Amino acid sequence: MSDIRNYTLNFGPQHPAAHGVLRLVLELDGEVVERADPHVGLLHRGTEKLAESKPFNQSVPYMDRLDYVSMMCNEHAYVMAIERLVGIKPPIRAQYIRVMFDEITRILNHLLWLGTHGLDIGAMTMFLYTFREREDLVDCYEAVTGARMHAAYYRPGGVYRDLPDRMPQYDEKKSQWHSEADFKRLNADNRQGDLLYFIEDFTERFPKYVDEYETLLTENRIWKQRTVGIGVVSPERALNLGFSGPMLRGSGIEWDLRKKQPYEVYDKLDFDIPVGVNGDSYDRYLVRMEEMRQSNSIIKQCVKWLRENPGPVMLNDHKLTPPPRETMKGDMEGLIHHFKLFSEGYCVPEGEVYQAIEHPKGEFGIYLISDGANKPYRLKIRAPGFAHLASMEEMAKGHMLADVVAIIGTQDIVFGEIDR
Amino acid sequence: MADTLQTLQADLQKIDIPFSADIAFNELTLKVPAAHLLNMCETLHNKFGFSQLIDLCGVDYSQYGQTDWETKQATSTGFSRGVSKGVSKKESDTPRFAVVYHLLSIERNQRLRVRAFAEGEPPRIDSVINIWNAANWFEREAFDLFGILFDGHPDLRRLLTDYGFIGHPFRKDFPLSGNVEMRYDPDKKRVVYEPVSIEPRTLVPRVIRHDNRYKGIDNV
Repeated sequence: MSDIRNYTLNFGPQHPAAHGVLRLVLELDGEVVERADPHVGLLHRGTEKLAESKPFNQSVPYMDRLDYVSMMCNEHAYVMAIERLVGIKPPIRAQYIRVMFDEITRILNHLLWLGTHGLDIGAMTMFLYTFREREDLVDCYEAVTGARMHAAYYRPGGVYRDLPDRMPQYDEKKSQWHSEADFKRLNADNRQGDLLYFIEDFTERFPKYVDEYETLLTENRIWKQRTVGIGVVSPERALNLGFSGPMLRGSGIEWDLRKKQPYEVYDKLDFDIPVGVNGDSYDRYLVRMEEMRQSNSIIKQCVKWLRENPGPVMLNDHKLTPPPRETMKGDMEGLIHHFKLFSEGYCVPEGEVYQAIEHPKGEFGIYLISDGANKPYRLKIRAPGFAHLASMEEMAKGHMLADVVAIIGTQDIVFGEIDR
Repeated sequence: MADTLQTLQADLQKIDIPFSADIAFNELTLKVPAAHLLNMCETLHNKFGFSQLIDLCGVDYSQYGQTDWETKQATSTGFSRGVSKGVSKKESDTPRFAVVYHLLSIERNQRLRVRAFAEGEPPRIDSVINIWNAANWFEREAFDLFGILFDGHPDLRRLLTDYGFIGHPFRKDFPLSGNVEMRYDPDKKRVVYEPVSIEPRTLVPRVIRHDNRYKGIDNV
């Protein structure tokens, strides 16, 4: 009798289901988890300290690298925090572009979450389907910034450039691997217009794709066995543990910053907030699926508005935003502005703000303290995944070892933002 | 929004705990003495509906307002280009470390910031983990990065830095490039730590300029 002891298992940091570099020390009684102790920090790069040593505008690209599957949303919070301290508001067209790309980012994030969550608990095909759609959205990123991931597109005072008139084409001459027929398919009709035409075509197709995912998963017996009743969090506990986003809504609390504390132009758009009932992994899955449909409808509304309302996308105050290239080359004043902006940056008035946005994973906040200098005095990044992962022990306790993987999946963990 | 912040501030003034409050940038900040922190947090949680601790972070105020480069006086040869560390040192009597709590009330749809200064060396403050369980990792992080001790925290281990790390990297006197660097030693057949070989340098000096465009901006 005395020989039976608990078994301690080291999970990760190199494990395909660890979503990056999570190391979990699990104490098991048979196959039941008794204690789960996540060891994080393997991806800690000190983003906050680095930002303190750089002028305000030079830290925007660091934000992309926090939650590296929802790049533009991270930038959004940071850029808005600076804008509030300085007391500026971007032009309305820039606000619509930001909202549109926030929602594109939300779909990108949820698609990656769905693919990997599925992969973790046995639904292999999902990954292939979701990456097919991600490809189109990443192409939108590329069309507007030239980068497929780390965009650095939002800048204090607007967005870096207006939407392009033409979608980039695949170039036959540069590839020996594809046939002419391939190129015909790759450069299909939806690529022959401008970016908005491409995005609109995507929003027409996308609801059907979500239906396809749901056909595969929603009523799937195995999927339900792996997710229903797994990682149940009551609304009271969800609040106490600092949950936000789909994790909070999955527990039945109707809370979405886009509705409750609207920023940019969310108050002018029409969309719904899905809410779960049971607070288990399956409800969180349903919430995220519906969020994708809602995001799709927001994108549609933004496309319609952007088509009808051309205008500036960046403020004209060249103390804060770079002057156009021609001005910089031909005008002394423009040259000085350009030089000052990209060397010293600008001084931000003394004060502190906390700016939160509804990030795909939850509430992403930037707490910025300025002492009046050209660099932030302190930058604190409030990452939603940090609070979620901290509750791992509570969620995993009493579940089987295999369910730990399902819980990591449902928390939508990305280490870029947790370790910062 | 600003209106309801004022009502909240007025309601808070009725509590029998000493604190100061001010509204800037449309956000309400309470400054609470460390001795009354737990009491204050309990009241906010139980009576004012601040059921969520959104964020908790440490701040090191030791170099607040310091610049690398004084620019007020231009000489006949122009501005000086040299960087001298911390030229305009402001002596202040406030403690060095603060802990900042960001609270959210879902019922009231309001946010609140609470700041408490941790006194002593090492700095100590009460843990709020029993009020908001979310504080667990946030306090571990603040301990790791700033060396603030939270009294009553059951498991105050380092969180983000490496196993066996020495120092608290987010303190302002901790160099950006760190103190040690790591490499694989083929002779010893293991990873070894050595003092850093790179010199810290300033790419862009930190300056404070008083811009008249920002006059009166803090109540926007």
